[in-house]
Amino acid sequence: MIFKGNVFLFGDDIDTDAIIPARYLNTSDPDELKMHAMEDADPEFPSKVQKGDVIVAGKNFGCGSSREHAPIAIKASGVSCVIASSFARIFFRNSFNMGLPIFESDEASKEIREGDEIEVDASSGEIRDITTGKSYVARPIPPFMQDLIADGGLIEHIRKTGKI
Amino acid sequence: MGMTIAEKILQAHTDTPEFKQGDIIRVNVDVALANDITAPIAIHEFNKSALDRIADRSKVVFVLDHFTPNKDIASANQCKMVRDFAHEHDIVNLFDGGEVGVEHALLPEKGLVLPGDFIIGADSHTCTYGAMGAFATGVGSTDLAAAIITGQAWIKVPSTMKFTFVGELQPWVGGKDLILYLIGDIGVDGGLYHVLEIDGPAVSSLDLSNRLTMSNMAIEAGAKAGIIRADDKTDAYVRLRAKRPYTLYESDPDAQYVSFKEYDCANIEPQVAFPHLPENTRGISEVGEVRIDQVVIGSCTNGRIEDLRIAAEIMKGNRVARGMRCIVLPATPEIFIAAENEGLIKVFLESGAIVGPPTCGPCLGGHMGILARGEKALATTNRNFVGRMGDTQSEVYLCGPAIAAASALTGRISSPQEVM
Ligand code: SF4
Repeated sequence: MIFKGNVFLFGDDIDTDAIIPARYLNTSDPDELKMHAMEDADPEFPSKVQKGDVIVAGKNFGCGSSREHAPIAIKASGVSCVIASSFARIFFRNSFNMGLPIFESDEASKEIREGDEIEVDASSGEIRDITTGKSYVARPIPPFMQDLIADGGLIEHIRKTGKI
Repeated sequence: MGMTIAEKILQAHTDTPEFKQGDIIRVNVDVALANDITAPIAIHEFNKSALDRIADRSKVVFVLDHFTPNKDIASANQCKMVRDFAHEHDIVNLFDGGEVGVEHALLPEKGLVLPGDFIIGADSHTCTYGAMGAFATGVGSTDLAAAIITGQAWIKVPSTMKFTFVGELQPWVGGKDLILYLIGDIGVDGGLYHVLEIDGPAVSSLDLSNRLTMSNMAIEAGAKAGIIRADDKTDAYVRLRAKRPYTLYESDPDAQYVSFKEYDCANIEPQVAFPHLPENTRGISEVGEVRIDQVVIGSCTNGRIEDLRIAAEIMKGNRVARGMRCIVLPATPEIFIAAENEGLIKVFLESGAIVGPPTCGPCLGGHMGILARGEKALATTNRNFVGRMGDTQSEVYLCGPAIAAASALTGRISSPQEVM
């Protein structure tokens, strides 16, 4: 699978309250949540983001609460994948469990710039910055988690295999 | 090779005979917890799976504590969905209405989480129970749905970082100050993917309440769990409440750690975390003049009776500063009753504080104490991210109950020594 889109750049420690503020957690409807995705980090994000676009962030992306509303809001907003230098652990597992592709690359996170057009090959983990011509390789995804993505998330995986 | 407490608990809960750090293993879950924000998504996933199978209903716990008593129609609908599901599937551990307490204060009190358990919760502060010698970690709603269906969770075997607190605790210093100090030292991603094992004579000298405060904030360093060995104090607390057997584990002397740190409590004064990250800590003597509009005393971090006693001791016979809102939220009904019986509620009300029901309320900017643009709050809660308690232009400072109570009286961040 290849993802292609323009980059929205964010800094370090983007927390779940910035991704989807708690004041909107009285619903879990993706169509409502997407209208407030990333709002407290960039109020214009929900209106600017286009289908396929990519979030690139610094370290510890998604820190804070366990709310799955965070990856749901990002996915529903049309973002195809997230690249960061590191992810907070609950956000990391939530993304795989619900099928939002995420990639860890310190170099890509430091060098890719706002608005660049990039392409990500999910199977090889190759990240290509079309604007600058540079390429990066994301940290490999463990086999179990590749299975989760291939099956379409944790619940589908359980349906298929009868166990986790 | 020796094992840590975390490794021993994982070993007792998995069928994988041998594992090493970084392996992904399946683990049997003793308790699967969710609240009124995370349970609806878990139930949605459960229904979507069409498996209609609950591995063990006695292990499922739902606490409707975040936006309750229901703050609006949407949150009322979310609670109703959880309540209906619990009734339909015979989930006895549903805490609703007057039985609601803030989940991580409630579960230890009810004897639902025990030493040696492997616990997951669709709430990041599930790590609180590490203070009881359990492996407890926050997950998402999909993980929780999977645990409800299969009784299991997947986990990447973590390595453990060790933190030892030695030396004499300084006046008005408690578990909150020690953990803020630790987070200030290693940063909000300093424990990412790791287990923090916290020990030392200073931690042993703390009561369980203060230890729960410490483990509660392990996630604020990015950690998977924050484990404190269960000792006689833990056992004395648990023995009265447990309805099933439990195990007290100790790390082996030759257990492997990725790092060691020692902190001397002689150097740790009461701490305050400045906006907008829990790592922005300063000792109280370095805070300077910070005027505040609101003080919140409560939450799963510092809403227990021991915290309320400290606050009342400082506030007794004094008045909350003019223009200040001081909101006190006992974390559970049992704590509320104890506070009433000990006369603490009267102290708070007579000092001009507001006393509210057990709820998360303002801690995550839900209700009952939302901040306006430009306002500053000082709270005994655990997060001070942008917009956490209201407007994105408001600010939250974090501290323990003593600093919070003293500051409610002066209207600016203050040491108890100023008012006593
Ligand atoms: S009190 Fe705050 S931190 Fe604790 S469970 Fe409630 S919202 Fe979360």
